[in-house]
Amino acid sequence: MGKYIIRRILISIPILLVVVTIIFFLVRAMPGGPAMAVLGDYASKEAVEALQEEMGLNIPLWKQYLRFLGNLLRGDLGKSLINGLPIAPQVIQVLPYTLQLTVSGILFGVILGIPLGIFTALKRNGFFDYLGRTFSLAGISLPSFFLGILLMLFLSVKLNLFPVMGGGDIRNLYETLRHLVLPGLTLGLMMTAYITRTARSSLLNVLGEDYVRTARAKGLAERIVIYGHALKNSLIPVVSLIGVYAIVLIGNSVLVEIVFSRPGLGKMMVGAINQRDYITLQSVMVIYASLVVLINLLTDLFYGFIDPRIRYE
Amino acid sequence: MTAVIGAMIAVLAVMTAILAPWISPYDPLEQDVFHRLTPPERSHLLGTDEYGRDVLSRVIWGTQISLAVGFFSVLLAMFIGTAMGMIAAYIGEMRGMMIMRLVDVLLSFPTLITGIMVVAVLGSGLTKLIVTIGIVFTPRFARLAYGPTLAVREAEYVDAARVIGTGGFEIITRHLLPNIFGDVLVAGTLWVGTAIMIEAGLSFIGLGVSPPTPTWGNMIKSGIDQLTNAPWLSLFPGLAILITVLSFNMIGDGLRDITDPKLRA
Repeated sequence: MGKYIIRRILISIPILLVVVTIIFFLVRAMPGGPAMAVLGDYASKEAVEALQEEMGLNIPLWKQYLRFLGNLLRGDLGKSLINGLPIAPQVIQVLPYTLQLTVSGILFGVILGIPLGIFTALKRNGFFDYLGRTFSLAGISLPSFFLGILLMLFLSVKLNLFPVMGGGDIRNLYETLRHLVLPGLTLGLMMTAYITRTARSSLLNVLGEDYVRTARAKGLAERIVIYGHALKNSLIPVVSLIGVYAIVLIGNSVLVEIVFSRPGLGKMMVGAINQRDYITLQSVMVIYASLVVLINLLTDLFYGFIDPRIRYE
Repeated sequence: MTAVIGAMIAVLAVMTAILAPWISPYDPLEQDVFHRLTPPERSHLLGTDEYGRDVLSRVIWGTQISLAVGFFSVLLAMFIGTAMGMIAAYIGEMRGMMIMRLVDVLLSFPTLITGIMVVAVLGSGLTKLIVTIGIVFTPRFARLAYGPTLAVREAEYVDAARVIGTGGFEIITRHLLPNIFGDVLVAGTLWVGTAIMIEAGLSFIGLGVSPPTPTWGNMIKSGIDQLTNAPWLSLFPGLAILITVLSFNMIGDGLRDITDPKLRA
């Protein structure tokens, strides 16, 4: 297991480097360059040159790239083009909100989705199966921002149960949780739909395997066949897909943060685009990339932990 | 049955988009200051917005943008991604592997965030939106085309074509492509729904097609400010997205059930 963990961590480093490199060059590929993007099309040449110097864009590209990597390794994300403040502390301030949101969505989805998936698979073609399938199909077809608006409309505006917007004071647990319920529920319902579908089809697949047929043929009780033989194996692909869905949730958290005016990386990113603050945009993208690589790494490690075959491949 | 219902709804959506100029009761941009924020009623079945524009007409015209972005972006990605995946599988070895590692890295990133980054570079507008979503979907098609091409690359008939001097381009287009085209087409149909959701998401953030041109995403966004007194502004375009995306997902589910006997009802 130790070798497996080290190998997976080593594989993650070049992946992160590739993504960070793509982000760096994308930002520099903007028409007229980032300085022109900030100052607008009618900026004077002198103003553009001055800003380029301030942003470190007047040195050769490879030097800029090395400087960018060096700064990243030191945890320096640069300074905002709008307010001149260091970006790293701003990221540290909003990151917990995005993490809270994503983790609550994942937990909600796992706690509700796995039992629902198992239940619908066991009631295959029955009323509850159709109900569950309809719910999950609608769940993956509903844009997260629209679901958020619906929840906000009914639970906040009409029934006044939860705050309409904001993230609450992070030092106050009660306030944080109250502000987290609706955004978390929005992502959680989406995650539930994904996991219900995966858990259902995975269990149905396993129930068709030869070893399940053998277990039934030798006269084992259906309960033992399902809970003793089929269930554990059916959950292996579900676990690996939770990682994939967690990344989908991170993407959707951007929209949910906008709907609920919640602080977070997504809101920071969209704000950076609207203000043409490309250094902040670049930094937020790097943080997102790191989160994605971390989730993939954790998924791989967990997958290797529950399925020994993966470790020996 | 699921696929048939889904296909019927999808066809209805396509017809709505095509027939928009004739079936739309009002001009979607026409303002009527005397009928601002009118709730759904006989003359305005889905109500009017803050400028007195008819919501039903805007939803109908929004179908054009959403479906155009959905279809053309997927078509673009299908063309580039399939070619990329097939070439990577055909050339194989180190170069092919490197292309696919890059594809895998791009695939592991959230689609919406990649879309936001690309649109920030390219800029907004209908064509740029199509290109952006096309770029975002390209790795999916590359991954889809890579595996099956790799499997048939060593087939005897491909070897035979190579022996009689057929060039690489002709082998890929005449001998390898027909083997994977069915899978690519089915996946493409499914991803139209996802592309529509991404378009709506980008428009919602303000990075899609700009108002006053109606898109479902920007209609929902502008309706948020009036959520308490005019919820229909966000509700109906949202339902339009749900129904359209659901129809494409139903087609996908139906096709999956047909091709996978273990899951068949």
